[in-house]
Amino acid sequence: MDALVTFLDDLPILSVITFLPVVGAIIILSIRGEEAVVAQQARQVALLVTVTTFLLSLTIWFGFDASTAAFQFEEKVDWLPQLNMAYRMGVDGISMPFVILSTFLTPICILASWHAIEKMVREYMIAFLILETMMVGMFCALDMVLFYVFFEGVLMPMFLIIGIWGGGRRVYSAFKFFLYTLTGSVLLLVAILAMYLQVGTTDIPTLMNAKFAANMQYWLWLGMFASFAVKMPMWPVHTWLPDAHVDAPTAGSVILAGVLLKMGGYGFLRLSMPMLPEASAYFAPMVFTLSIIAVIYTSLVALVQDDMKKLIAYSSVAHMGYVTIGIFTANKQGVEGAIFQMLSHGVVSGALFLCVGVVYDRLHTREIARYGGLANNMPKYAFAFMIFMLASVGLPGTSGFVGEFLVLAGAFQVNTWVSLLAATGVILGAAYMLYLYRRVVYGELVKDDVKAMLDLDAREIAILAPIIVVVMWMGVYPSPILDVMSVSVDNLLTKYHAALATPQAAMLPDVAERVVAWLK
Amino acid sequence: MTYYLAVFMPLLGAFIAGFFGRAIGDRGAHIVTCLGVGIAALCSIPIFSEVALGGKDQVLPVATWLTSGTFEANWALRFDTLSSVMVMTVTCVSTLIHIYAVGYMHHDDSQPRFMAYLSLFTFAMLMLVTADNLVQLFFGWEGVGVVSYLLIGFWFKKPSACAAAIKAFVVNRVGDFGFLLGIFGVFVLFDAVNFDVIFQAAPAKADASVHFFSRDWHAMTIICLLLFVGAMGKSAQLFLHTWLPDAMEGPTPVSALIHAATMVTAGVFLVARMSPLFELAPDALTVVTLIGASTAFFAATIGCVQNDIKRIIAYSTCSQLGYMFFACGVSAYQAGIFHLMTHAWFKALLFLSAGSVIHAMSEEQDIRKMGGIWKKIPFTYTVMWIGSLALAGIPFFAGYYSKDMILEAAYGAGSPAGRFAFVLGLAAAFMTAFYSWRLLFLTFHGKPRADHHTMEHVHESPLIMTIPLGGLALGALFAGFLGHDVFVGEGRAEFWREAIGTTAGHDVIEAAHHVPGWVVASPLVVSFSGILLAYFLYIRRTDLPAKIAGAFPGVYQFLLNKWYFDEVYDFIFTKNVFRFGKWFWKGGDTYIIDGFGPDGLSSLIARAAKRLGAVQSGYLYHYAFAMIVGIAAFVTWFVAGGAG
Repeated sequence: MDALVTFLDDLPILSVITFLPVVGAIIILSIRGEEAVVAQQARQVALLVTVTTFLLSLTIWFGFDASTAAFQFEEKVDWLPQLNMAYRMGVDGISMPFVILSTFLTPICILASWHAIEKMVREYMIAFLILETMMVGMFCALDMVLFYVFFEGVLMPMFLIIGIWGGGRRVYSAFKFFLYTLTGSVLLLVAILAMYLQVGTTDIPTLMNAKFAANMQYWLWLGMFASFAVKMPMWPVHTWLPDAHVDAPTAGSVILAGVLLKMGGYGFLRLSMPMLPEASAYFAPMVFTLSIIAVIYTSLVALVQDDMKKLIAYSSVAHMGYVTIGIFTANKQGVEGAIFQMLSHGVVSGALFLCVGVVYDRLHTREIARYGGLANNMPKYAFAFMIFMLASVGLPGTSGFVGEFLVLAGAFQVNTWVSLLAATGVILGAAYMLYLYRRVVYGELVKDDVKAMLDLDAREIAILAPIIVVVMWMGVYPSPILDVMSVSVDNLLTKYHAALATPQAAMLPDVAERVVAWLK
Repeated sequence: MTYYLAVFMPLLGAFIAGFFGRAIGDRGAHIVTCLGVGIAALCSIPIFSEVALGGKDQVLPVATWLTSGTFEANWALRFDTLSSVMVMTVTCVSTLIHIYAVGYMHHDDSQPRFMAYLSLFTFAMLMLVTADNLVQLFFGWEGVGVVSYLLIGFWFKKPSACAAAIKAFVVNRVGDFGFLLGIFGVFVLFDAVNFDVIFQAAPAKADASVHFFSRDWHAMTIICLLLFVGAMGKSAQLFLHTWLPDAMEGPTPVSALIHAATMVTAGVFLVARMSPLFELAPDALTVVTLIGASTAFFAATIGCVQNDIKRIIAYSTCSQLGYMFFACGVSAYQAGIFHLMTHAWFKALLFLSAGSVIHAMSEEQDIRKMGGIWKKIPFTYTVMWIGSLALAGIPFFAGYYSKDMILEAAYGAGSPAGRFAFVLGLAAAFMTAFYSWRLLFLTFHGKPRADHHTMEHVHESPLIMTIPLGGLALGALFAGFLGHDVFVGEGRAEFWREAIGTTAGHDVIEAAHHVPGWVVASPLVVSFSGILLAYFLYIRRTDLPAKIAGAFPGVYQFLLNKWYFDEVYDFIFTKNVFRFGKWFWKGGDTYIIDGFGPDGLSSLIARAAKRLGAVQSGYLYHYAFAMIVGIAAFVTWFVAGGAG
């Protein structure tokens, strides 16, 4: 027993969690045999590996010390010492919950794909496992280059998942998704290079303490913003999201909404805010404006959708608007609310896409008008959908309330206009979700093919039940999650406000001079 | 322990009936839910006597909830006079309605779901009234809102029920929007959302200002107005009232429990709970008075011409809520809560007896198709009389004590807003009596207007429905008589203690006891006139109502169409929201963003590539020409550059 404990203590746990899925992918790659057998074994291996990964990731949840803002479970291996780049991993109270979110959602996705994916199952599972590695790696990375590799690496499996296993205009959507995000990310790369030239390292904790000149910060900030805004996505660079969601397979949508959208918000918190405080404060009004437009505009668009997935996709944009507002309030309630909102949205919107998937698997359409009256023959489904719908609306007692409430409370302290306008989303959100629910679940059961639909089976209950528990738990007793992030957020904000108070003279010279000097 | 049981037993009942409804069957679900609220009601009585009469206020912690920096809101049960009055009223009325529902819903095929909703609603309402802070209050507030949505839409196969459910929730959300901002305002001002902390700090912040809407305002006024917007939504006050009449789509026990006795009074409760703040915001109180009085009048006018038995009572509820608000508005919170309590009994009674009528009339709700049934359902007829007498404020029935007190307080307050409320309240009292007896006469008297088949089936409801009616009738008879001393009489100071915020030297209740004699007498006079008018028009000269309506078609249509609020809102909001949505989607996203963004760029690149590709034509002379042009350009540049 003791040996086991020491073994676990010495284990580079973050790397294990990150790369275990790749190991799984290699195992799947080596399966040989008839196609049906390979498919079944690939599913089983993928499920086993992702569940193991999730269980292992719980060790960082339970082993986490919430009383310090320092990075924990740190690993550091020299990678390119001559260039001052290292393989450095670690989590703090801001990134740790996202790691858990990723490892929690992936096995659910594997289960959700059990019957829905029939062609090239092996390749699909491999893509998903690699995707998990990239996601977890991104939240753990403490080196800019490593961060960027994972950040971009996510694109490849996702591109394939949409492009190969999607439906409708899947190739168009896959390319739109890929090029949109890549264009933004190129500017992030430029910003990373500029920071490297300036400071001489890509180590994130070091860069957090570097002070860049104000006019340089603006350019760096915009470079990062281009990337993160597309990922969020913020208005007006959100148009890839509805298309990508509509054409992605269910599990692809779950991960896309559940984890990929959070990368933008995480990027703001991990890079933009601590490294570029002046610029963050300078651009905050712009972010507020875009976010408010996102909340109102996309809520209205969601109201008139005929496609279930598109409706939920647009609602995601609106919910992410709260996240960006919360982050840039730069106060405790706002930032914690934003993080909580991301976690909650990850679970809730993922679950909503699963709910769409359940009926899509039966009727093979996402058109709202084709359904109606499901409460009659699918009461369990109606119940689950109801819970997630209410969580999406932000009903107190569900996870959706906590984030939304704290964000608006934070915004109210900074600018009452922002809070007031964003709070209209509370009304509009209720309108489009209830309207969706009414059209799909309520009403008389008239259509014959809808009548023939069966209620949730055991596998689907196994998928949705844990999410219901999590949603209620996060709503009624969110303290454990808020406690985990509290000290790290305090640390972030203290440094942020201290930096804003520091006079400009103490900062590094402009990168332009450095570049000129370096060229000479 | 009793305290926890009183709040959590209904939740337990709802949980069992909701999740194991199929296993325990209809009967099992009836038993667990009725037991749940029944135990809660039994517990509420010792709580009331300990807390309200014995003076032992307490706050019982339950669990931590939200902590973010200085923001802290925890689950706790607060018991003071105000909440123990509410707990007792809610659980007792709710128990009777649960029992009634067992009989009323016995044809329905999803009774466990219905009973679970009712119990869940009761739980949410109890969380609301026992909240220790604004956020928990908001939890209960939204909780009752969502269960109300579920219950209005209980018969989800009916499109009208679904529409009414959504309307109720969304209109309530408009109010919640204000409530939320009010909570944030409180947090910014006090750095806390706990009642104890807020109320203690309030006097020191009486003149504080907040920066809101780009300018500075008196903080208390803004906060109270925002909270009142929430109250207007929940309590269906003028402008946000449109959902309440539609909510009658729900089964009748729901209308009685939610849309008469409990949920809709949450707004009044909120104002009374926040009275220490409202007392510091006289302008906000004026607004409360004006809105309350206008609602009392406006809803009563509509009530006079409606023909659906439940809708008449719904507008009556709306109107009575207006009374409670203007009572609060003139600082007579005690009178407002007193009326809330008596109203819960007699209005639930009216709704349930209306349900009994509907039951007897084979689901008919139009009073024009009733008549002449009083001998066939004497018990329902009697209790409906009792309810109407209480509603009209006839002496010694419950409403007499509370409603007269409110009118006297409005007069006694001495302010212009108070006098305005007194006049409108008096007019509303006249109409209340009129429409109540119009309803009674049309429903029970005259010649039968229903078809022969329906008339043959008219029968008194079973015991399981008449016993709760009897219980509520007792409340409608005695609640006012028993309560008036402690609520608004000599014992009031000792009874309310700290639960209601009052300003020293400004005791409106005291002033109400010393108003001139004609003020005391006038409500009674108008009520009797109303009854006489109804008697004259609907018993003596039954030809007259149609003639009057024909003589003033404009007024009649205006009232029949509920002042056209729905049409105006539909025109201004609903249509435009969808129009903007379409416009943003097709015009904004597809045409502008995608058209000039990704799709535009990709087609631009494709076209440019085609053009460039065309240059590679394969003809030698094209290439030769290009080379010559190139050399010429190069030489020119070289010579010009060299010359420079």
